[in-house]
Amino acid sequence: MNLFLLTPELSLFITAVLVILVDLVAKKKGVLIFLSLLGVVVSGGFAVSLWAQAPDALFNNMLAVDHFALFFKFIILSALALTILSSVDYRRKFGRGDGEYLALLLTSAVGLMLLSAARELITIYISLELSGISLYVLASFLRDPKSSEAGLKYILLGAVASAVLLYGMVLVYGLTGATDLNQIANSIQAMPLKSILDNPALLMGLTLVVAGFGFKISSFPFQMWVPDVYEGAPTPITGYLSVASKAAGFAVVLRIFHDAFGAPDWLSRDWGTLFAVLAVLTMTVGNIVAIAQTNIKRMMAYSSIAQAGYIMVGLAATSVAQTMAPEARGAVAFFLASYALTNIGAFVAIVAFSNKTGTDLIADYSGMVKRAPLLTLGLTVCLVSLVGLPPTAGLIAKIYIFNAAVQQGFLWLVIIAVINTVIAAYYYLRVVKVMWLGAPASEEPVPSSAALRTALTLAAAGVLLLGIVPSLLIKLAQAAGKSMS
Amino acid sequence: MSFPFLSAIIFLPAIGAIVIALLRKPSQQQVRGLALLFSLVSFLLSVYLFLAFDRSNTAIGVMQFVEKLSWLPAVGSSYHLGIDGISLIMLLLTTIIGVLVVLVSWKVTLRPREYFIWLLVLETSLIGVFTSVDLILFFIFWEVELLPMYLLISIWGTGRKEYSAIKYVIYTVSGSALMLAGILTLYFTVGTMDMSVIAQTDLTQLKAAIPLTGIFLLLLAPFFIKLPVFPLHTWLPDAHTDAPTGVSVVLAGVLLKMGGYGMIRVNVGFFPTVARDLAPIMGALAVIGVLYGAAITLRQTDLKKLIAYSSVSHMGLVLLGIFALTNVSLTGATLQMFSHGVVTGLLFALVGLVYDKTHNRNLSALGGLARRMPIIAVVFSIAGLASLGLPGTSGFAAEFLVFVGSFTSNAFASVRIVTLLCAFGIVLTAGYILWMLQRAFHGPPLEQYDKMPDADRVEMLCIFSFAAIIIVVGVYPALLTDIIQMGTKPITALLGAP
Repeated sequence: MNLFLLTPELSLFITAVLVILVDLVAKKKGVLIFLSLLGVVVSGGFAVSLWAQAPDALFNNMLAVDHFALFFKFIILSALALTILSSVDYRRKFGRGDGEYLALLLTSAVGLMLLSAARELITIYISLELSGISLYVLASFLRDPKSSEAGLKYILLGAVASAVLLYGMVLVYGLTGATDLNQIANSIQAMPLKSILDNPALLMGLTLVVAGFGFKISSFPFQMWVPDVYEGAPTPITGYLSVASKAAGFAVVLRIFHDAFGAPDWLSRDWGTLFAVLAVLTMTVGNIVAIAQTNIKRMMAYSSIAQAGYIMVGLAATSVAQTMAPEARGAVAFFLASYALTNIGAFVAIVAFSNKTGTDLIADYSGMVKRAPLLTLGLTVCLVSLVGLPPTAGLIAKIYIFNAAVQQGFLWLVIIAVINTVIAAYYYLRVVKVMWLGAPASEEPVPSSAALRTALTLAAAGVLLLGIVPSLLIKLAQAAGKSMS
Repeated sequence: MSFPFLSAIIFLPAIGAIVIALLRKPSQQQVRGLALLFSLVSFLLSVYLFLAFDRSNTAIGVMQFVEKLSWLPAVGSSYHLGIDGISLIMLLLTTIIGVLVVLVSWKVTLRPREYFIWLLVLETSLIGVFTSVDLILFFIFWEVELLPMYLLISIWGTGRKEYSAIKYVIYTVSGSALMLAGILTLYFTVGTMDMSVIAQTDLTQLKAAIPLTGIFLLLLAPFFIKLPVFPLHTWLPDAHTDAPTGVSVVLAGVLLKMGGYGMIRVNVGFFPTVARDLAPIMGALAVIGVLYGAAITLRQTDLKKLIAYSSVSHMGLVLLGIFALTNVSLTGATLQMFSHGVVTGLLFALVGLVYDKTHNRNLSALGGLARRMPIIAVVFSIAGLASLGLPGTSGFAAEFLVFVGSFTSNAFASVRIVTLLCAFGIVLTAGYILWMLQRAFHGPPLEQYDKMPDADRVEMLCIFSFAAIIIVVGVYPALLTDIIQMGTKPITALLGAP
């Protein structure tokens, strides 16, 4: 066993411990931010160095170290870094617990990174809980009623989802006698078709697994918690939840449904159709409800549900012909990377606005271009990317994922998805309109700290760069898609 | 690799936009001067391409000035530019209008910096649409146009500007969403995004995921909306009426032509047999567009609305020309797009001038302006007569080619009746144009307009250039038609025409 393969997670975990220890002695809490960022960079460095060594595995195949897992680790680490940067000023609102806040962020990232690499049911469950419990606390970190409500809702519904997932896993284990994903696949293929159909426990287990992860990826009909939690949680955490947690959720779903339930054909076609139908419902519900929102955090919550719907289009596309599945997985990976940059960028801008103005109402963004031109431009780039207009990463990601779906014969799904993008254009552009065309409430400029400006510039520049020269990242995404086959 | 002319023409306006954006507190003069400079250089380069274009027989159907770089291999897309006869004419139209629209907008005082930035970005996207050979690139340039248009109408417009702007966006995005689905299905069927390769592939021999007619319709939707074809035209009068003058000029001059261009290049060029099967329906829609558009126009009393509705009627002729599917009619349709671009662009510019001076666009409140502003009146008359197709103007050459080409077509059985009905539209056109000229410029002069100045130097330069193009093309249409034919011949050859 080669522990070097675990260095990205280990270094983050050690950083988390160090942050707590240094918090006890440090007078200036700024050093904690610096320390956490350093940990992220070190962890990212290890992940880069592992790219050449992949594929490999740890702990008797429990954790995969392949391009797929590493790609998602990059996404999670980038999201983590931007979230830490956007928390620099926001943490003053907490008034306490800087060390705990950062340490919890780091441990949640460790959980998510393990989740994207896990290849065994128990490991998946433990990683899920590690990230989940950290995130429950983070969601209620503001000591106001809304944040506490968010935390409580999140933990209650999260616990139910975990129970459902666990029940599904138990059923699968009971019928196949294995927790290792590959062994599950082997024993499913060995079963005669008739015994599977006579005894629906396996299909029920599968459905419960979908339900359990549906919570994590905010798929319809398990999306109810999203708006309340997103609205109440501290804004940097909202951004982090919408991106990193979702990315890892999709990573593990892709892996389970490929490794364990990818064969036989009829089975993968079954869950492919299931995800296709869920994708339609998820994006339509997300987009239509988003139109009515007046609070930008709630709007972004519904928008993130809708975006999950687009990603599920890609998920459905991984199901049909196994020859094209790597392409579709690459598309999902690329979409998640571009979505991560875009959404975190948008939330950084929202944090910056609310730090000064103390409001999240869309109407209060009126005339922002005169008060904070840089923030407005950054947020505009991110929103345009969420619509999927050129020259941004969002457009390329959509083209790529829809292309994969069309090739798998999901033309009907793509047509529904593109109609959804039209609906989405309306509410995203409405914010753009308010910011650029509205009359400002006051002439007072909205200042932002250097950390926020750096985070927003990085995100917006990344969004534009991936929109203009996408092949840089697409190569990596394709490698990630191919590594799991 | 030789000098990348097409990239230079496409991105010069965008670079101009960036330069303007980076200036520290520029004056209005600096901004418009830079905008003029960059669009002018782009125009001069496209004139050079016009002169250097290979007109020999061996170049028929061959893309020229090709640039190709690998860009997005994951979906088979590359940065692939090139022009044939049809694109060259559209390119030329875009860069001409690009320069003139800066002159039309010379006196914009509301946030001039942003105005010219968005105008230049818009020009980049339009040129990109006409020069892309790769379908995804085409789609991306098509989408770039959306945001500048939205902002230009909703910030600098008048009246119900925000309503019109969002209506425009929703119509366009719906169309382009279907286009994306169509492009991806087509790519899956053919395995390439290269438009020149797809045009030479016989799609009927390939196994498509859905019937070819389905792909055809998905790809037709955006162009129908853009052209616009009845009943999808309702965004046009709103957008035109509420847009600022300069933007109306671009909208009428170039944006509508994206629809016609797309139909020729994609629908007829890729699916000639499907196009022939559906031609009777298209013919019927063309008749409705021409007659209904003209009938509605007759009822308008607002000058700007009148010209906006006349576009619906004129674009009906383009639709007829395209789906009559003969070499002559396609050439006529393309020439009609060019001519309409210049003529209607000029008409909107003139309406803008009249409105600036009188603060009135309502025909019932205008009259006798010819005595106060003779230059504007004369140019207005030239443009009006070109619009109704007077011989000696570009309008005549274009409409004549469309009618001759369609009348001799055998694309579908009733094509002659359809052509005759469309030709009747000319009578209605004459009706509203002459009525409008008479109401606005003739009759007894009104007192309140006694002190009205005529066009100043910049305005004269601008409107005389438009008028010169109208007359030059009207007197010697072969200047353009020779080149257009190089693009249309390979398309009609697919249908077995000589």
